[in-house]
Amino acid sequence: MLLEVNDLRKYFPGRGGFFGKTPDPVHAIDGVSFAIQEGKTLGLVGESGCGKSTVGRSILRLIEPTAGTIRFEGTDITRMPSKEMRNLRKRMQIVFQDPYSSLNPRRRAGDIVAEPLLVHGVENRTERRAKTQALFERVGLRAAQMDLYPHQFSGGQRQRISIARALALGPKLIVADEPVSALDVSVQAQVINLMMDLQEQEKLSYLFISHNLAVVEHVSHQVAVMYLGRIVEYAATKRIFERPLHPYTQALMAAVPMPDPANRRRKQHLGGDVPSPVNRPKGCHFHPRCPLAQERCRVEDPMPREVEAGHQVACHLV
Amino acid sequence: MAPVLEVSGLSTVFHTRTGTVRAVQDVSFSVEPGETMAVVGESGCGKTMMALSLMRLIPSPPGEITAGSVRVAGTDLLKLDEPTMRDMRGSQIAMIFQEPMTALNPLLTVGKQIAEMVTLHEKVSGRAAKERAVEMLHHVKIPEPRRRAGEYPHQMSGGMRQRAMIAMALACKPKVLIADEPTTALDVTIQAQVLDLIDDLRQELGTAVVLITHDLGVVAEVADRMIVMYAGRKVEEGTVAELFAHPRHPYLQGLLNSVPRVGQPKRLQEIAGTVPPLSNLPPGCAFAPRCPSAVAQCRDAIPPLDEKRPGHRAACWVT
Repeated sequence: MLLEVNDLRKYFPGRGGFFGKTPDPVHAIDGVSFAIQEGKTLGLVGESGCGKSTVGRSILRLIEPTAGTIRFEGTDITRMPSKEMRNLRKRMQIVFQDPYSSLNPRRRAGDIVAEPLLVHGVENRTERRAKTQALFERVGLRAAQMDLYPHQFSGGQRQRISIARALALGPKLIVADEPVSALDVSVQAQVINLMMDLQEQEKLSYLFISHNLAVVEHVSHQVAVMYLGRIVEYAATKRIFERPLHPYTQALMAAVPMPDPANRRRKQHLGGDVPSPVNRPKGCHFHPRCPLAQERCRVEDPMPREVEAGHQVACHLV
Repeated sequence: MAPVLEVSGLSTVFHTRTGTVRAVQDVSFSVEPGETMAVVGESGCGKTMMALSLMRLIPSPPGEITAGSVRVAGTDLLKLDEPTMRDMRGSQIAMIFQEPMTALNPLLTVGKQIAEMVTLHEKVSGRAAKERAVEMLHHVKIPEPRRRAGEYPHQMSGGMRQRAMIAMALACKPKVLIADEPTTALDVTIQAQVLDLIDDLRQELGTAVVLITHDLGVVAEVADRMIVMYAGRKVEEGTVAELFAHPRHPYLQGLLNSVPRVGQPKRLQEIAGTVPPLSNLPPGCAFAPRCPSAVAQCRDAIPPLDEKRPGHRAACWVT
């Protein structure tokens, strides 16, 4: 296993305590476990506020987890001192959703991509330039574009720059947090294909975080579905899409509009709102919206169980 | 049935320091009562500017509607003076937006805002208007509508605010509803609820809906007919079933092949390049630089919208 995450938790301190009363902490991630193999992609899906981005950032320790362990290439990195951690970040990188705010507007594209090389000790200018040029070509940009500024690129090209920067130090794992969500449909396909090609060439692993089920199905080998800080279902992509077992996964799949007018049908849609992690329902977090909820679901937390080989579900009724 | 909205030859430009930007060029379409027409396109294709032109909400200057007509039940909105147009907005033609806070006043309770809309257009008492507000909130399936009517927009969730905005837009039963990316900012389970709601109201009230979206899945689920826009122009038009089964413009073909679909894993087809800026369009067909089938003619002259199959028109020299 390249990455193993065990019972990861992140609680943020609550705000706005009343009359000196300590407010309850916000349970952003509440006991999440998963693993990613070398050269494979784990898709992490869920709606806003489910904690999927916090998971991505915690793994890179951009956010310090409250509890749990993260093992990368067999080493426990959960409490690793920041100096050693910095060295490790060569091997794990992140690509963000918004290519407009994640690139420094005052720096040339070439310098942005070369920065990790500089920070991690490639001192020779010509060598850096040559490496940067190779990176540009690998992500489908031209070497001549190295001297341009971010605003001179389109959204899709900027995401290519972000990917080139992430690739600079030869990482093993890339956390991709909604990498195509801000892009136009016709450009999404370019970036998805690029990421899949790079995976094959470099044996890269991805933690692919997205709210878009169709994109996740397309890129992932395994899928974990999150709801309010917990993984409710976790299985191989083919299995989970063919036979979703958790009522939330089923509802999520039913809600995705399919680009197929011949198959149009009025489906049963989930009621209610996505609850906030500040004020979580007791028992199974999903029970207020669940069409199948029973008394037990209102009081008792369902633990993730393996219902068939490699298919975990956290539901009392499965 | 006679169309309730007839748009003909609509053109909108923006006068900028660097020259004239043609945001909408010669767009025509019509929508019948109770019909949903989707307007599909990517960012920068002019779909929002077209919607704002229908409502006459283009900021002017720098914007200007230079040609065309927008008829709602026979009345050309572009010929009305501003006070008459103000009467039309809300009572005849209404609009909802991607971000509900652009339409809701943060300082007034939701109930008050809806009631205000009603008193503006109809001769009713304050009490009756308030009752109508509660009724509308109930109509858009907001739980406990009487209590919710007394809440401010910030006290509601995103999905709930979207419903409140729809309630306000439909309070005076307009004939035409323009929905500009109404679900883009919402989570998928909430998106499904809001789309169901718009569809129910359309059936119940017979409203004609113009649904502006970039999401082909949404189009396939709720629209009857669609037009595809590219760089300010309509490039294809027909029923949703026909266009998804037999797309003729290489742009629509590319779009349909570039979206990943659940249950169909195969390599995605890319459309090369990006949408050109409206301020700097190539001569000829605006899609030609990205088009795999482009020939010399495409770069010289703009293709006319031709009927390729019955009821299916596309602007392409090649296909």
